[in-house]
Amino acid sequence: MDWTALWLSLRLGAVTVLLLLPLGIWAGRVLAYRRFLGRTLVEAAVALPLVLPPTVLGYYLLVGFGVDAPLGRLWQSLAGRQLAFSFEGLVLASVIVNLPFAIQPIQRAFEAIPRAVREAAACCGMPPFAVLRRIELPLAWPGILTAMILSFAHTLGEFGVVLMVGGSIPGETRTVAIAIYDRVQALDEAGAGRMALLLVLISLATIALSFVLSRRMGRRLD
Amino acid sequence: MSLEVELAQGAPIPLAATLACGPGELLALVGPSGSGKTTILRAIAGLIGVARGRVTCNGAVWLDTAIGIRLPPHRRRVGFVFQSYALFPHLSALDNVAAALRHLPRGERRIRAASLLERVHLGGLEARLPGELSGGQQQRVAVARALAREPAVLLLDEPFSAVDKITREKLYRELVELRASLAIPTVLVTHDLDEAALLADRLTVLHRGRTLQTGAPLEVMQRPASVEVARLTGARNLLTGTVAGHEPDAGRTWLRWGGLTLEARLQPAFPPGASVAWTVAPGDIILHRRDRPSRGERENPVKGTIGDGIVLGESLHTWLVPDTAPGSRLALVLPIHTARRNGIAPGVSATVSLLAAAIHLMPVDDATT
Repeated sequence: MDWTALWLSLRLGAVTVLLLLPLGIWAGRVLAYRRFLGRTLVEAAVALPLVLPPTVLGYYLLVGFGVDAPLGRLWQSLAGRQLAFSFEGLVLASVIVNLPFAIQPIQRAFEAIPRAVREAAACCGMPPFAVLRRIELPLAWPGILTAMILSFAHTLGEFGVVLMVGGSIPGETRTVAIAIYDRVQALDEAGAGRMALLLVLISLATIALSFVLSRRMGRRLD
Repeated sequence: MSLEVELAQGAPIPLAATLACGPGELLALVGPSGSGKTTILRAIAGLIGVARGRVTCNGAVWLDTAIGIRLPPHRRRVGFVFQSYALFPHLSALDNVAAALRHLPRGERRIRAASLLERVHLGGLEARLPGELSGGQQQRVAVARALAREPAVLLLDEPFSAVDKITREKLYRELVELRASLAIPTVLVTHDLDEAALLADRLTVLHRGRTLQTGAPLEVMQRPASVEVARLTGARNLLTGTVAGHEPDAGRTWLRWGGLTLEARLQPAFPPGASVAWTVAPGDIILHRRDRPSRGERENPVKGTIGDGIVLGESLHTWLVPDTAPGSRLALVLPIHTARRNGIAPGVSATVSLLAAAIHLMPVDDATT
């Protein structure tokens, strides 16, 4: 059992979720309430990781992370090390890959709040931030929770993009999914099997938890 | 404490509205759906922007497009009761009301919210979520929440449309009681003229975003300023005639209609010879007893033939085709027993009187001629 890889996967999932939480709430809310030119295009771009092969996404990320690209160069000058094949690069890739899983459920949750309810909050004297905190977030919470859990579970399971931009550096970029692949390559079927089973169990537990929570939330709001 | 509103725009929703509502007054905005009633209410609250306009309340300027003032809704002291009530589904009745008490110190909010719920007869239901309340109870929570902010104006958007008739009548009484203790202007949007007549001090008739006429409910309904208002307030007998002359001393105006000359209430604004539109309410047309033929002593006798009718409740709604004006119809509403006693049936000949005081003249509507 590669405990280092498991720990790395859990860390990667946690950091990804933490970064996606504010980003997802902001983007989901904007897409739900604002009408602006190019909104459909933005929505399509958000959904793109769902349909692109991981190799395509990974290729572009790898190019963007390189020291020849502006992003890669900026990171190199700030952090003193390269973005590709690093944990930070993996985090960034993971955030981008998970955008649809984070934004779409949150957007639906904000859209489900009746406009009159938000207007009533303003007519109660609440400034916009209070409306967000007291009314919108509590009502959108089940969707936000679903988004976070889906992103976490999906991060644990991501393989293609991680392989493209991270490679398989133990303790840095080798996630459980990559470790399983390595075990299979090394003909260690027993090791691969143990890790695969663990990943199945963790993912199953995470998604079941999300179902339980959202059902409980749903009941409270009916 | 008074509200003054002027709104104008061409698109997306055309508006040309002027209205004013005094302290303690209830002004009803009535008009068909799509007439802009709710839009005006939302513009007062700041929930939508308008191209040009000015909204002031107690001298405080909430909107003045000429000098670029557009206060956001949370900075306008409005109490707004939404058609769907728009209660916060995740908060108890008490917390719904407390949410509008942000101007009070935290510790006092719950006490004040409880007393507001008490005021709308909801004591004991503080802990209920909106989903656990009946329609009428939800409406009361919405009213309590609207009042919680100590608003400078109360805005009610069709607040009675989502409840059954019995609950509605109960809520009418509660609103009338509540009003007695309110010293602020209240604007009620409704498509129901009877509701407006029942509750409002004055009403404003709207059509396609334009305010057409404002006045006491009975005045607007009995003396519409135009054919358009008459139509919107459900006037049945819209006819055209010519002014024959005035007798100011006798308080009479003579109106020529078909081959008849009718006596009407003095309305000197229309010069002799002018074409006018005129109306008389079906209830102001009196049937003569057929067993004792009229000797012509009553006001404005009109002889004709009864048309088809339908019975609605205790009344017969029918019409009379005058012998002198075969192209016209006079709608009549007769108590069933009167109709029966006089043998009123389709094809029967009958004579009616048009009450002179009820004959109301209006400018000829270009659209009708």
